[in-house]
Amino acid sequence: MRVGTQPAARRRRAVAAQLALLPMAITVLGVYIGTVLWSVRISFSSSKIFPTNDFVGLAQYQRLFNTERWIVSLQHIVVFGVLFIAACLVLGFLLAVFLDQRVRGENALRTVFLYPYAMSFVATGLVWQWMLNPELGIQSTVRALGLPGFEFDWIVSQDKVIYTLVIAAVWQASGLVVAVLLAGLRGIDEALWNAARIDGVPRWRYTLSVVLPQLGPAFGTAFVLLAVGVVKVYDVVVAMTQGGPGNASEVPAKFIMDNLFTRANVGLASAASTVMLLTVLALLLPWWYGRSVQSRREARA
Amino acid sequence: MVRTTTLKHLALSAALMAAATAHAQKAEVIHWWTSGGESAAVKELADAYTKAGGTWVDAAVAGADNARAAAINRIAGGNPPTAAQFNTSKQYHDVISAGQLNDIDVVAAKEGWDKWLPKPIIDSIKVNGHYYAVPVNIHNPAWFWYSKSALQKAGVASEPKTMDEFFAALDKLKAAGLVPLAFGGQSWQEWITFYSMLLDVGGKDAYLKFFKDHDVASVNAEPMRKTLAALKKLHDYVDAGSPGRNWNDATAMVISGKAGFQIMGDWAKGEFGAAKQTAGKEFGCFAGFGPSAPYMVAGDVFVFPKTSDKTAIEAQHKLATVFTSPVTQVAFNNKKGSIPVRTDVDSSKMDLCAQAGVQAMKDPARQIANPDMLMTPDMVGAVQDVITKFWNGNQSVDDAVKALQGAVKG
Repeated sequence: MRVGTQPAARRRRAVAAQLALLPMAITVLGVYIGTVLWSVRISFSSSKIFPTNDFVGLAQYQRLFNTERWIVSLQHIVVFGVLFIAACLVLGFLLAVFLDQRVRGENALRTVFLYPYAMSFVATGLVWQWMLNPELGIQSTVRALGLPGFEFDWIVSQDKVIYTLVIAAVWQASGLVVAVLLAGLRGIDEALWNAARIDGVPRWRYTLSVVLPQLGPAFGTAFVLLAVGVVKVYDVVVAMTQGGPGNASEVPAKFIMDNLFTRANVGLASAASTVMLLTVLALLLPWWYGRSVQSRREARA
Repeated sequence: MVRTTTLKHLALSAALMAAATAHAQKAEVIHWWTSGGESAAVKELADAYTKAGGTWVDAAVAGADNARAAAINRIAGGNPPTAAQFNTSKQYHDVISAGQLNDIDVVAAKEGWDKWLPKPIIDSIKVNGHYYAVPVNIHNPAWFWYSKSALQKAGVASEPKTMDEFFAALDKLKAAGLVPLAFGGQSWQEWITFYSMLLDVGGKDAYLKFFKDHDVASVNAEPMRKTLAALKKLHDYVDAGSPGRNWNDATAMVISGKAGFQIMGDWAKGEFGAAKQTAGKEFGCFAGFGPSAPYMVAGDVFVFPKTSDKTAIEAQHKLATVFTSPVTQVAFNNKKGSIPVRTDVDSSKMDLCAQAGVQAMKDPARQIANPDMLMTPDMVGAVQDVITKFWNGNQSVDDAVKALQGAVKG
């Protein structure tokens, strides 16, 4: 770059670019950050059905963490999150490696894997609910086929209902992981495999020791997308269990929506949203920091 | 500066007046009546308003929660509708205390609401001596529905007259291999079952002590403990597929004779009607045990968001007048499945269950407010959380009592 030549023209161009970016900047600052700050502010008020401007300190947070349903929701989201992300990554990786073998009909398969992600969970969740219902779905079908002892009633069991949510959510989201990882796999130089083959390295060993480490950024992207999905998980619960039986599949997003709308409790809902926001930031900030450190190091190298 | 604002106001109000005369008393009404029977019912209200010289602008929003949220958001945003639907409850009391509703005392005085409206409804819509909502119907969420063929198959000779007979009938149904109680395991249905049982097992006093007085001590008293035990016992009579089931799927089990009873509001009648079944022939109904059983009052109202625009206020008053006229009341409620808010109407065209409801409403001693009229939505939610946990888990009555005490303490 020729630094210092025609500074006026460059400045003019910079101003034009900044002007063009201004509407977006205003939107981001006003609409996103502004409303976030406003929600945080409301979480310190006694707002019921309308937002109010008084200040009650941490009273809403105190009540929040004394509410059993909230605590239970947090426990559920941890169990759901760990299982969901792990299952999606493992399954997605295996499917992506499988597709990467230049199988016939790859395009069709890719569409099949990605299709669940394209459909609304409000509709597919209902199908899952029917399939898992012991009186209508898999259990009754298998029993009718001649296995009267067969039992699969997880969705009506307080202890196991959360796993049915994981099953349905993995079915939906693993296609996305396949797409992301497949793109990563295609970016790996074919020559590496040829070299490894000459050295007599088996395929599985090559995949584990050479391919997997190179997929780091792709896994990172998939992880972040899945983690965001975990935090806001709502539609699958509403469509499949409505939080039940009892409170066995309640999640934080549903707690927030119920308090915002049905229970006329804007203050408590805002406090819960703020806690969720802080949780997300606590998870994401280290990751962002790591990435920026890494890119700076790469820039220096 | 002051003059320009005044001028602006004048110009604005002139424009508004011009607009108002152009559309004769335009009334935008937010409601959540979107299913087939419901929209036919709301059309009766719209037609009556049009006949009275107004222009009805329909703003239907699917889902009660969504419709209420839409109304609240528009009130908060300063662009309120002319009228908005709520349940006859405390749902809109916060809106009143925020000073965001117009009162309709003029209409109430002219029509003599004080004299003929049922007391539980007055208690819900009259706040600090002012009327803030117009009631349009009475729903009772605590009806018992039963399949005559199922009861016959199980050898239950007649409709149960007491709670003991009810449980005896459930036992017989179970022995006959039928589902004794058709049930949808969603928290609002568990909630209906809970307060029906509190009224029918615990009695009126225990019911009022808990829901109206939020009396912490009453929770540990015998009537409530008996209710909780009965509720738990009821759980033995539902089928394994009940969690998450929709209420109308449960009603379908009664319609097909696969199940014996269902405890559900009188909106279930629509399902029986759609299946071409008639009350007293294929299915039966009772709203409690014995001839003096309390009759629970719930239903829908319309509130009128604050405005100082004269034509809008006139439109609000006209809506309130039209909605409560005897002719509109009968036409609307026959389609809705509920009963009129006044008893001086022709009940000959109503079905058996509705007639029983009108009969019950004629005795003021039998009228009792539903829990949503007595508790804030916040507290209702807290109690619901306790009940759904108790119903689905293996919590003891003692633990449930403790949790309930925490919920009503607020």
